[in-house]
Amino acid sequence: MINLTVNTVPVSVDEGTTVLDAAAKAGIKIPTLCHLDGVSSPGSCRVCLVEIKGARTLQPSCVTKVAEGMVVSTNTKLARDARRLSVELMLANHPWDCNACKRNNDCELQTLSKSMGISEVRFPYEKEELPIDNSTPALVRDMNKCVLCRRCIGVCQDIQGVGSLAPRLRGFDTVIGAGSGENLCDAICVQCGQCSAVCPVGAIFEKDAIKDVWKELDNPDKYVVVQTAPAIRAALGECFGLKPGTLVTGKMVTALRRLGFKKVFDTNFTADLTIMEEGSELLTRLKTALVEKGNVSLPMFTSCSPGWINYMEYFHPNLLPNLSTCKSPQQMFGALAKTYFAQKEKIDPSKIVVVSIMPCTAKKFECDREEMNSSGFKDVDYVLTTRELGRMITEAGIDFVNLENGEQDAPMGLSTGAADIFANTGGVMEAALRTVYEVVTGREIPMNKLHVKPVQGLKGLKEASVTLTDCKPDWKFLEGVTAKVAVAHGLSNAKEACDLVAAGNKHGWHFIEVMCCPGGCIGGGGQPRLTTNEVRKARMKAIYKEDEGRPMRKSHDNPAITQIYKEFLEKPLGHKSHELLHTHYHSKAK
Amino acid sequence: MAKPRTYVLVPIDTNTVTAGAREVKNAISAEIGKRGLSDEITVVETAAFGPTDAGVLVAVQPDNVVYANITVANVAEIVEEHFVKGRQCKKFILAGEKPVLPKAGETDSRKLQELGRIVLDNCGVIDPENIKEYIARDGYFALGKTVTELKPEEVIKVMKDSGLRGRGGAGFPTGLKWSFCAPVKSKEKYVICNADEGEPGTFKDRLIMEGDPHKVIEGMTICGYAIGGNKGFIYIRGEYKLSIQRLQKAISDAREYGFLGKKIFGSTFSFDIEIKIGAGAYVCGEETALIESMEGKRGLPRLKPPFPAQCGFRGKPTNVNNVETLANVPPIIRNGADWFKKFGTAGTPGTKVYTVLGHINRPGLIEVPTGVTLREVIYGYGGGMKSGKFHFAQLGGTAGDILGEEMLDVPLDYDAMQKNGHVLGSGAILIVNDSVDIKDFLYSCMKFFVHESCGNCNPCRNGLKIIKDITQRLKEKKGYEDDIDGMEEISMILKSSAFCPLGQSPAEPIMSALRYFKEEIKQGIDSKAVKPTIRHTQRDLITLAPV
Repeated sequence: MINLTVNTVPVSVDEGTTVLDAAAKAGIKIPTLCHLDGVSSPGSCRVCLVEIKGARTLQPSCVTKVAEGMVVSTNTKLARDARRLSVELMLANHPWDCNACKRNNDCELQTLSKSMGISEVRFPYEKEELPIDNSTPALVRDMNKCVLCRRCIGVCQDIQGVGSLAPRLRGFDTVIGAGSGENLCDAICVQCGQCSAVCPVGAIFEKDAIKDVWKELDNPDKYVVVQTAPAIRAALGECFGLKPGTLVTGKMVTALRRLGFKKVFDTNFTADLTIMEEGSELLTRLKTALVEKGNVSLPMFTSCSPGWINYMEYFHPNLLPNLSTCKSPQQMFGALAKTYFAQKEKIDPSKIVVVSIMPCTAKKFECDREEMNSSGFKDVDYVLTTRELGRMITEAGIDFVNLENGEQDAPMGLSTGAADIFANTGGVMEAALRTVYEVVTGREIPMNKLHVKPVQGLKGLKEASVTLTDCKPDWKFLEGVTAKVAVAHGLSNAKEACDLVAAGNKHGWHFIEVMCCPGGCIGGGGQPRLTTNEVRKARMKAIYKEDEGRPMRKSHDNPAITQIYKEFLEKPLGHKSHELLHTHYHSKAK
Repeated sequence: MAKPRTYVLVPIDTNTVTAGAREVKNAISAEIGKRGLSDEITVVETAAFGPTDAGVLVAVQPDNVVYANITVANVAEIVEEHFVKGRQCKKFILAGEKPVLPKAGETDSRKLQELGRIVLDNCGVIDPENIKEYIARDGYFALGKTVTELKPEEVIKVMKDSGLRGRGGAGFPTGLKWSFCAPVKSKEKYVICNADEGEPGTFKDRLIMEGDPHKVIEGMTICGYAIGGNKGFIYIRGEYKLSIQRLQKAISDAREYGFLGKKIFGSTFSFDIEIKIGAGAYVCGEETALIESMEGKRGLPRLKPPFPAQCGFRGKPTNVNNVETLANVPPIIRNGADWFKKFGTAGTPGTKVYTVLGHINRPGLIEVPTGVTLREVIYGYGGGMKSGKFHFAQLGGTAGDILGEEMLDVPLDYDAMQKNGHVLGSGAILIVNDSVDIKDFLYSCMKFFVHESCGNCNPCRNGLKIIKDITQRLKEKKGYEDDIDGMEEISMILKSSAFCPLGQSPAEPIMSALRYFKEEIKQGIDSKAVKPTIRHTQRDLITLAPV
């Protein structure tokens, strides 16, 4: 333990603790801006400066480590003035259009300015207007508002390992951007939107689809249906001041109905369907490999996460055959809504508008992919992030917190607990194992509460194995086989998995789940800000709670799934499935 | 071959070459040849030894005559008069005090050093591209002594005892710096010579490297031995073409002679040096930004700690010293710490090399004992004001302090300057007369900083821009009422809150200018000017804010 004093308060902390954290332990909150736990700490905004006895200059507390006997003062005139001036300097070069900013009232610069009692900006604003980059379907970058905190760079380079953002030019002209200043659409960007989730101000945000969705809802000729991703229900409440991890499934359904959606469905339905298709695909690949000794790509990677798909297409095109050909649940839903549902309800599919509520910005990109129109129309018309839905509900004047619970519509709103956990890292794997194990052996997976513990949690690259015994006659070739699986979340962890597979798959994995964002979809780039690890854990816990509270917790038990195979799809991997539920990928290597 | 009776030394450096030094040198050789004097008179290429605005210089030894502003047209006359008839051409002789030059054939460099030249003793005297001439003047003696007689800790002790302080500007004790790096265990350790010399008006390092490259190489190698390093790098700015060329030649000659490479002087010590060329960013003179740049990254300063002594180039322990600092090392090792301490002041022993420029009669390179006053520099070495009245001086380049008349008699050493609230800086002394408005001057300083700010930390990036705008308004006499207060507050806070010295040091010219010239600066305020506030729309701002 290291002993020091902060404003004369003695504190003992572990070696390696920052002065910032030590001060927090002493009950002193030092303001920060560029620092974001686990993401980046360049020490460059100088908002967290403190005085340390013996140091020639003020020190940034977010990166300064404690030392024995250190004497820290946070509340001296010099430290206070320096911190306030740092914020004032930023404000002087920040556009004064807060009222018309997406981040009004949700802006860290505003909060800082308020907490420091800044009531005037003494220095005039003189900055050349920079063009706004809205070249991609998912993200908008307005570098006029950028405060150069470099969090986006930290998340893009270190957490996601994509590295599409970097500082360009120098000094006052410094601008964060892709490559040598090209638009994001021309750069290698997977559209995960993690940059927009960490941006403290309104410099990076999702491309807003609210106007388009209102227009469709206002059009009496259109039949607008909505699907909600599993991760929304554990996060939407945060837009209305509820604690992270508050489950708001029922309120969400009611709110969507009040917004005017004709049917409130659930992406969970197609998540269950994904398990049937993807599980069958895995078993088929295994059979080809083990029985027919055919040439087949193993291990198989999951394909639910569009940011991950982009990543594979850019960085590991050689592994594309290893990707499951299943579309993501969002796209399966869109394709079925305009075929199966339209036929069943006898609605002209050209009149159906499919809106998705997603925790994800890459989903906006995914629905625009040219492969995604197997219904004969654009399968999913619009994607709203959790944050956008929050804004729509607020705009409509709906008192969300006090709403009564509603229920999703049949048939495409019915789902199991296995679909809920698609929201968490390890969830797709757990759901798949629940079904695959039971299909192969006829027994429930022998795990406590059906949970595959080793693949849960925030560890970057996780592994598990299940030995298959007493297999059913059809699956005798799997008798005694130990199925080895891996789970990665956050693309830098996915890279590790890819590299291991490319180098010969020494761990002998059969199936690998990858989710693009840290923590899985609950930590997606479209979720309410700010997603810290604490918030991730709270949302994950809520999702497992939702799963455990369900009467049905295995995808193959979902009667609506049985029904759709009977009425429409016939069988997993059947002809119709191939047409509507599966896709193909292209190398985008540059 | 008979020993020549006369040596003609022609300094070849960037300044003189543009004035036609090579042509003059060739013309002299041709003229001498034509008159059949080639056996008696030898023409030698050297480097700068002092004056920088006296055109092509030609020094004649042992006559101790320096001709200035020579063109090809004058050559025949000089050769005829001086070398044939034996009469000095008075009209071409350099005006004012003669630069210190040793007698021809003088190989005991100590004689010269007694005159106050420790670093520049060879500059303008030897052919920098000829290793034999360096050796003839005790070159590599210190290295031999180091690796055969001294233990690394003894070398560090000598350096500590000598009291040598870093000549790059900060004045950190060199021996102490070495002692941080020496005990760190690592297979790889690096010595970096910081030759990025980016401070406007400072070019002493260039002239040292051009005039005496072997001294820098010898100093680095001794440092390598002391800290247990095995590889040295000279990080040099790309514009220094001649320095690079001469260092390159010096390194390969030193290798050939066994002063670099494996088992130097038959010892177990091996060391080699490589040149890394910088791209000209001012911030890369900061040692950690320099290291980042060497690693091929964007030149941004690193967070400290860890310091380079623990984790520097490629994550290995690294010692970074300035060119002039390293050039001081061989004479100190050769002559001992006590000898060195005889020069200069107690707190900053030794000499300091300055480039003196501005409105004075004899701008150029000088080496003087520390503690000499500004008055002596201007009126002694500099030959007095060329025109106008003394207004102010700026010490140490653009990041240096601006001194008013009050400071003319303060001794130039680190401690005395600090006591007066100033810093000595890197070695540029700019003398400015009363034709220059301090507000114009500040504006051009700030323009430089805004251009060179790396953009990493907020106070430097935004603060400097705001100060620049203020100085611009002031110089145009359009300043707002509170502009000076704002400028003062930002500078004060920059000094304690910017990430690296680049962001901290612009406070020096601003604060010191405000100290001596506040009234003059206040004249830039326009009491009727309306400052745009947050209540104005952005469109208003475009019309309100001065362009």
